[in-house]
Amino acid sequence: MSRLHTADPVLDAFAKEVGTEGAVAISGAQTRWNTGGELAAGTRTITAPSGIVEYIPEEMIVTVRAGTSVAELHAELRVHGQWTALPERGGTVGGAIAVGENDYRRPARGDVRTAVLQVRYVSAEGEIVTGGGPTVKNVSGFDIPRLITGSLGTLGCIAEVLLRTNPMPSGQRWFTSADVNPFALHQMLLAPGPILWDGATTTVMLFGHDVDVEADRGRIDSLGTFTEVDAPTMPSGFRWSLPPADLQDLSALDTGVFVAEVGVGTVHAEKPQPRTPLSPAVQLIHDRMKAEFDPTGRLNPGRIVGGR
Amino acid sequence: MSLLRRAVDRVRGTDDSVRGAQDHTTDPLLDALIDALDPARVKFDDAQRSLLGKDASVFDGGNAGPICYPTSTSEVVAIMKIATQFDRAVVPRGAGTGLAGGAIPLGAPIVVAVTKMRDVIEIDEANGVAWVEPGVINLDLTRHLAPLGYHFAPDPSSQQVCTIGGNVANNSGGPHCLAYGVTNAHIQAIEVVTPAGDVVMLGGLDAEPDGYDLRGVFVGSEGTLGIATKVAVKLTKNRPAVRTLLLSFSSVRDAANTVSGVIAAGIVPAAMEVMDNAITQAVENYVNAGYPRDAAAVLLAEVDGPNEGIEIDANRIREIGLENNATDVRLAADEAERALLWKGRKTAFGAVAQIAPNYYLHDTVVPRSKLADVLDQIYAIAAKYELLIMNVFHAGDGNLHPLIVFDGRDEGILDRVHAAGAEIIEASLAAGGVLSGEHGIGVEKQAYMHLLFSDADLDHQNRLRRAFDPTCRANPGKVLPAGHSCADIQHLRSVPAGLWG
Repeated sequence: MSRLHTADPVLDAFAKEVGTEGAVAISGAQTRWNTGGELAAGTRTITAPSGIVEYIPEEMIVTVRAGTSVAELHAELRVHGQWTALPERGGTVGGAIAVGENDYRRPARGDVRTAVLQVRYVSAEGEIVTGGGPTVKNVSGFDIPRLITGSLGTLGCIAEVLLRTNPMPSGQRWFTSADVNPFALHQMLLAPGPILWDGATTTVMLFGHDVDVEADRGRIDSLGTFTEVDAPTMPSGFRWSLPPADLQDLSALDTGVFVAEVGVGTVHAEKPQPRTPLSPAVQLIHDRMKAEFDPTGRLNPGRIVGGR
Repeated sequence: MSLLRRAVDRVRGTDDSVRGAQDHTTDPLLDALIDALDPARVKFDDAQRSLLGKDASVFDGGNAGPICYPTSTSEVVAIMKIATQFDRAVVPRGAGTGLAGGAIPLGAPIVVAVTKMRDVIEIDEANGVAWVEPGVINLDLTRHLAPLGYHFAPDPSSQQVCTIGGNVANNSGGPHCLAYGVTNAHIQAIEVVTPAGDVVMLGGLDAEPDGYDLRGVFVGSEGTLGIATKVAVKLTKNRPAVRTLLLSFSSVRDAANTVSGVIAAGIVPAAMEVMDNAITQAVENYVNAGYPRDAAAVLLAEVDGPNEGIEIDANRIREIGLENNATDVRLAADEAERALLWKGRKTAFGAVAQIAPNYYLHDTVVPRSKLADVLDQIYAIAAKYELLIMNVFHAGDGNLHPLIVFDGRDEGILDRVHAAGAEIIEASLAAGGVLSGEHGIGVEKQAYMHLLFSDADLDHQNRLRRAFDPTCRANPGKVLPAGHSCADIQHLRSVPAGLWG
């Protein structure tokens, strides 16, 4: 038996539940339930196993079942001063990875796609498949974890992941200003944290050692007048994905009310981003990928990845 | 026969159908390539084919077909279409510094050397990227970016010669990937010519590119999914302050424990590199960098960042070192001393040439907490096979680089080298590790993939590959072990039956 495969009755039971035929979808907390389109009628809905399997703080890795809530995971990690890149907005670990969206504090917390070191999923044929490995550095074969992350459950039913954790910076403070140029602020900071901008007000997170935060606090004062505030919450609504440079002229785009992540390019907006189809050659690879992993189209039917 | 030995044998051989090509000036495949490129950029002489039949691995070399040096995306497209027309495989190639045989041509493929595509096309500061061609050399890129205050973070030991295209193919690492991440974290978008000759943009400059993460899976795919022709690399701001510490220890175990202690303390230094006594002496003899010759192990630890906080981390690393019996802790006094220490580390593999003519470098990764135990096992394996094994490694990542140093002229030594290598891999996997941290699988570790993955796992990796390359045209015979379609010899075109045994 290969090294990554140990007998696991929980995963075996989940594989049985997924089975080998009939349309099936995994339901998490349904916070992003209609991402990629509505689930096809008549699809059987099941839940993934939950619970933290193994957390090794000194290795900065945690193995967790897909049905675990991100809040529960992060509460456990916080005890050891760590966190992951997964967004905290009420969902499950499996849901966060299936959708692949990043937290609005991404610059301080890392990318979801970089955090998934290993994934175990149940294939359309009902087999347990493992991709990746338990170490941060690993080029042993093709990068299945990156393929599965953001695949909306269309290639396999995510059962368990092994995530990279990161030490939480000792200092994390938010400041807001109504008279600063957010792009100049981004340029000035050495390792810019999250910078949120609604067209008028800029809110920035400074992070690191307390002395670094204090020093940055002094530096940003040269650009504008800042007041310390609590961590912001993101508006619900639509999510745009833009190149960071495009944020400089958001008035040209029909976003409605927005909060933009400066330096990142994500925009939380009142109106949806216009749909752009994938190029035909990229669409072809998508179609073949889906056909390879789910030849009968039984996994999460109705949900389309790409060309949204 | 050991698995590694079989891999060595597999890449040997000649292909008479191509050897004859140079004698026939009317070879239609060559004519088509010459028409598409330029006679000066299509090579098929024995010297070139022999040179590009090899990479920096221990493998003797494969069998290159015609060698093309395209200068544009459209020429790469033309090559791919000709390959399809003549039903030939295609092997992309950068500087050939790979250590796992990933660029060794199997089955007389068309070799596409991207070394003439070496322009830095654009530096786009507003989007935080530079667009470069795949033949740009890693260190040249960093030098190019320096006046603007940026660098390209991955810094493999071969960075003076290796290319960005090769870094993308291998998901390359390097000492400073501990804090900054390996190549995949530094590539925003890739223009790729698919095996069918389509030009696709994978990833994008936007925050969360749409669709499956094809960019993410392309990085590290060892040339099996297509050929990168343009790469958007992330710009990393240079850090204003850096502290480089050299810690000496009277045992390798103490050095390894210091490394896991630092990570456990929540510090992620820019780099943490360990060298044992044998390699330290070799380095000192070679470049006289100022390493202690009497230490059983040295740890080179570097923290960087804003001026204020790095003293805290540097002091904490010093404390953890002393708690783990460090016999000496030295802070590099200035940039010159720092540069010399790094020169020593980065020339370690060159330094062994004074000891023996050959070396074989392994690349497994183990959990950091298991470093000391696995190193003990590696020294025991060395003793068992009467081999000299030196250890110089990316300790912070748990990425071991046991270096078996030998003279290939010694009777029967290769069998011992490969047997010892196999045991090192076994010991690393038994400790919960993986086959390769940054060198890749290539032809070297294919036969070991079954130790890490089940048949179903490997089948799914093969499905991923087929979605890009249903006909197994791009670098066939690599990464996946035999039994998976693109690895199977019957798919290696133009190889007479039986040649590969």
